[in-house]
Amino acid sequence: MAEVRHPAAQALSDVPAEPGAPKPDPILVADGVSRRFGGLQAVDVDHLEIQRGVITGLIGPNGAGKTTLFNLLTGFDQPDGGSWSFNDRSLSGVAAHKVARRGMVRTFQLTKALSRLTVIDNMKLGATKQRGERIGPALIKVLWGAQEREIEERADELLDRFKLLDKRADYAGELSGGQRKLLEMARALMVEPELVMLDEPMAGVNPALVQSLLGHVTSLRDEGMSVIFVEHDMDVVMNISDWVVVLAEGRVIAEGPPAAIMKNRAVIDAYLGSEHDDEEAR
Amino acid sequence: MDVVGALQTGLQSAFGTQAAVYALLAIGLNVHYGYTGLLNFGQAGFFLVGAYGVGISIATWGLSIWAAVFMGLVASVALALLLGAPTLRLRSDYFAITTIAVAEVLRLVANSAPAGPVTGGPLGLQFSSPFYAVNPFDVGLNLGFISYPVNTTWAMLVTWSLVVLATLAVALLMSSPWGRVIRSIREDEEAARSLGKNVFAYKMQSLVLGGVIGGTGGIMWAIVGNTVNANTFRPQATFFAYAILILGGAASRIGPIVGSMLFWFVLATGQSVVRQAGSAGYLPGGLAGPTALILTGLGLMLLVVYRPQGVFGNTRELSLDG
Amino acid sequence: MGSNDHLVGPRRMSSIQRSSRTARAVRHPETPIDEEYRELRLRRRRPALTALVSLILALVAAAVAGPAVAEQDGAPAKGSSTLVLAQDEDEGVDADDVDEQEPEPGLLFGTLREAGDGIGGVELSVVDDDGQVVGTTVSDDSGQWEFEVEAGDYVVTVEGLPEGIALRDDDGASREVSVSSGGRTAVPFQLGEATAVSGRAVLFAQQILSGLRIGLILAMTAVGLSLIFGTTGLINFAHGELVVFGAIVTWMLNAAGPQLHLLIAGTLGVIASGLLGLAIDRGIFRPLRRRGVGLFQLLVVTIGLGLLMRNVLLIWFGGEPRQYADYIGQQRLTLGPFGLTPRVLIVMVASTAILIGVATLLRTSRMGKAMRAVADNRDLAESSGIDVERVVSIVWVSGAALAGLGGIFYGVTLTVEYFSGFQLLLLMFAGVILGGLGTAYGAMLGSLMVGLITELSVVWFPDELKYAWGLGVLVLVLLVRPQGLLGRRERIG
Ligand SMILES: Nc1ncnc2c1ncn2[C@@H]1O[C@H](COP(=O)(O)OP(=O)(O)OP(=O)(O)O)[C@@H](O)[C@H]1O
Ligand SMILES: [Mg+2]
Repeated sequence: MAEVRHPAAQALSDVPAEPGAPKPDPILVADGVSRRFGGLQAVDVDHLEIQRGVITGLIGPNGAGKTTLFNLLTGFDQPDGGSWSFNDRSLSGVAAHKVARRGMVRTFQLTKALSRLTVIDNMKLGATKQRGERIGPALIKVLWGAQEREIEERADELLDRFKLLDKRADYAGELSGGQRKLLEMARALMVEPELVMLDEPMAGVNPALVQSLLGHVTSLRDEGMSVIFVEHDMDVVMNISDWVVVLAEGRVIAEGPPAAIMKNRAVIDAYLGSEHDDEEAR
Repeated sequence: MDVVGALQTGLQSAFGTQAAVYALLAIGLNVHYGYTGLLNFGQAGFFLVGAYGVGISIATWGLSIWAAVFMGLVASVALALLLGAPTLRLRSDYFAITTIAVAEVLRLVANSAPAGPVTGGPLGLQFSSPFYAVNPFDVGLNLGFISYPVNTTWAMLVTWSLVVLATLAVALLMSSPWGRVIRSIREDEEAARSLGKNVFAYKMQSLVLGGVIGGTGGIMWAIVGNTVNANTFRPQATFFAYAILILGGAASRIGPIVGSMLFWFVLATGQSVVRQAGSAGYLPGGLAGPTALILTGLGLMLLVVYRPQGVFGNTRELSLDG
Repeated sequence: MGSNDHLVGPRRMSSIQRSSRTARAVRHPETPIDEEYRELRLRRRRPALTALVSLILALVAAAVAGPAVAEQDGAPAKGSSTLVLAQDEDEGVDADDVDEQEPEPGLLFGTLREAGDGIGGVELSVVDDDGQVVGTTVSDDSGQWEFEVEAGDYVVTVEGLPEGIALRDDDGASREVSVSSGGRTAVPFQLGEATAVSGRAVLFAQQILSGLRIGLILAMTAVGLSLIFGTTGLINFAHGELVVFGAIVTWMLNAAGPQLHLLIAGTLGVIASGLLGLAIDRGIFRPLRRRGVGLFQLLVVTIGLGLLMRNVLLIWFGGEPRQYADYIGQQRLTLGPFGLTPRVLIVMVASTAILIGVATLLRTSRMGKAMRAVADNRDLAESSGIDVERVVSIVWVSGAALAGLGGIFYGVTLTVEYFSGFQLLLLMFAGVILGGLGTAYGAMLGSLMVGLITELSVVWFPDELKYAWGLGVLVLVLLVRPQGLLGRRERIG
């Protein structure tokens, strides 16, 4: 694949393609993070670094522990052991909402649109540091009215970019599945994160929309954001990732640039030796 | 049969203080359930602590009425904090059962003989307050069709004013960014958390707010009646508040007010009709109480299935899966 | 009991996911098909069953209701239910607020018991405000007494006790009470054995026994509550009424109407409860589930249903506690430190046997496995070919039958009372949550614990607060283990 590498990805050209490889400028570093469910070792990551300013693809068979790893890193689940840090500050044991406030925002595999809130309310909810979200000032509109207008403007811009502007007054529950995915992503951006973690943002989205979603993801990188995304479709992964991490049975079994991953023996074994469906095998 | 009389009884009840107190309970519940999605089945507990806060302060400790009101409010806040701390992180079904359990524990304790020196035990508390002494009215409210005694008129004015105040405050809050976070928690608290909202803190604020409004209902119940008795605060009180909320429409602004008026109108009218049928010999006597409750149960079932949005609820909103 | 009690515990979950490679083109990774679930596939049944069952139920109800009304011993239904309206156990409607009633006589009443057995022949006197003796009365064989008075304040005093019986309370033989017009006021006295010296140890042993007794009964009733929750997600607020329904139907067949022997009446009572459970599922909840009615709405429906049933039972049965006609007035057996009547012993043995049977069936039978599979993951079970609706119906039938049986056992060891269902419901909730919602074994374990805690609290704390302890422990346990004892945490994301 003769790729036009993104400038930020250049930094990765000297990184060896092996599990746990150190990165020149990591935004997220995890050490020994593990999680068991009963007798099942769902996640067991020795060492993992995520480079700043690039798109990192996280792949692995069903049940590999990708979602669980997301849950652990973002404070939605507690690990049995291990530590991790974001921007060199430890995140171990930090509550989920604080993780988000520090600039690391995730989306969910099963979309969580807030059904009975309008699209615009969904968006406005994403904004942080809102004065009107405190119960006292909430009673006095002059204290938060101006900020609310700014937020609304920003929300409308994003909605426009994600082609949802004409839906702004609709309830989120009235959107189609693909539109919800878009909304969830746009809403996450309202938080103004440094790192976005997308759990299968393209699942269930029609191919035409996938193209535009991919466009959005790459444009995030162009704006200087770091992105981790989980995806089963290898074409998509190859297309937009600058770096790929492969998880199987909770462990990082390989990482490297997309082209190298495709040829990696361990990866092929993990996929063919374990479950895979048509989509993954392509 | 005296249909007019039955309707009179119903109307009398619809605007009476009991309807106003239950409107307060339902407004509190609307904050909890309607807006935040907290399945609080212990609203009777807030009702109880508000009422006993006043009753104990006046009857047992001899405090002034203002101090008593303050104690009632403090007790409501304290209950919300104590109840919320262990339970707000629970799944909603666990939360529902735990809250009903806590409310029952409070009632059983208040009703027990050992607590008698403080709560009056099974006999409850009787006391007097200067509430009616400051009644500015000389004559009672007379609407022609129905009329109220002079003291009841005063009690109604104060209680319904509080209802309006609570409704306005809740409406204001719910249309603010704070209310947006609260509603987002109802929809999906994980999503709210992923956007940096401290869900626990918001739920706690909601529990306190709704609890204080419910507690205010208890405070007015005690002041208006000059008496507190533990049997008022059975789980039934919570169920009635839910019935009112559903009747008016959950998450609607004036739903609880209209719901409470309708609820008590129907209940009192129905009871009156059954009683008349009893004295006319059509039915065995003494069926008024049970029959009214049977009808309430049946009405609740039909309502929630066939018109779950109530009178003022938003149909469009309701059709979306929550 | 440990996590391996789950048919589909976490370990199994992963093996199901892992084996999904056998299924072709599974679109969604979270709904794979498992061979083992497939094994559990159940055959369909004819829908005509519904109609048949409803018919039988209607017939049973009619047969039972007919004679019962006529039987209401001597006292016309009128008088007794007037009192019921405003009695202590009356529900939320404050009669005073809605009623403007003529002054009516009130009633003082009570039940004198010692370790669960009614004590007859206790003499009581009633004195009014002015110190005038209004009258005296004597408790009957079941320990019950009542005394009609005008509204006002009275002092009730225990004047004479049968041999070997003493008052347990230190606060003397008198109680000050007040009665409202048409109201009923319970006057509690606590009796104990005269040998109060060995006190606490004996009481402790006795309360362990009581705790086990009530715990076993609770466990039996709670299995249904838990399974219904597990399979349909429904918190059934009307479950307590199923308990009482069984007890009352049995009473109507045994102590009234046909006067069948308790064993026969009880069997019919259990069958009637099961049919009622089926009728409720088929008549109410299944159609509602089909309509896609949400869980909160269904929960409110159960509240309405409970309210409705409770008051129908009140009108049908009256507000008085009553007893069955058989196995009363038994001699107490002494087994080491424990003293109990044969009927209590038999109830305890029978409920233990039934619980073991239920647990075994849940573990080994096809239907039991299917129930637990549905409880564990409804969608997964459905996609693997289990007829979920049929499983749910059977859960309702067996859950309601168990509830009814529990109610009968409760009636045999204590009394039959229309209101006891709601009280038991809260304790069942406590048990079910203690154990972990939706796990049948958890419900049994939790209920036993709640029973023991409730009764043991009496050793140190006032009797009146025992339910408060049972419910209070629930809150404490949830502080430490929010998912309950045997429950499992939910997955996120
Ligand atoms: N709460 C839980 N309880 C028990 N087991 C769990 C739980 N959450 C996840 N697991 C198990 O952990 C393993 C990893 O699951 P996870 O959802 O992280 O996989 P994934 O890589 O995201 O898979 P997919 O690509 O299908 O989304 C699976 O075997 C799953 O069954
Ligand atoms: Mg996943």
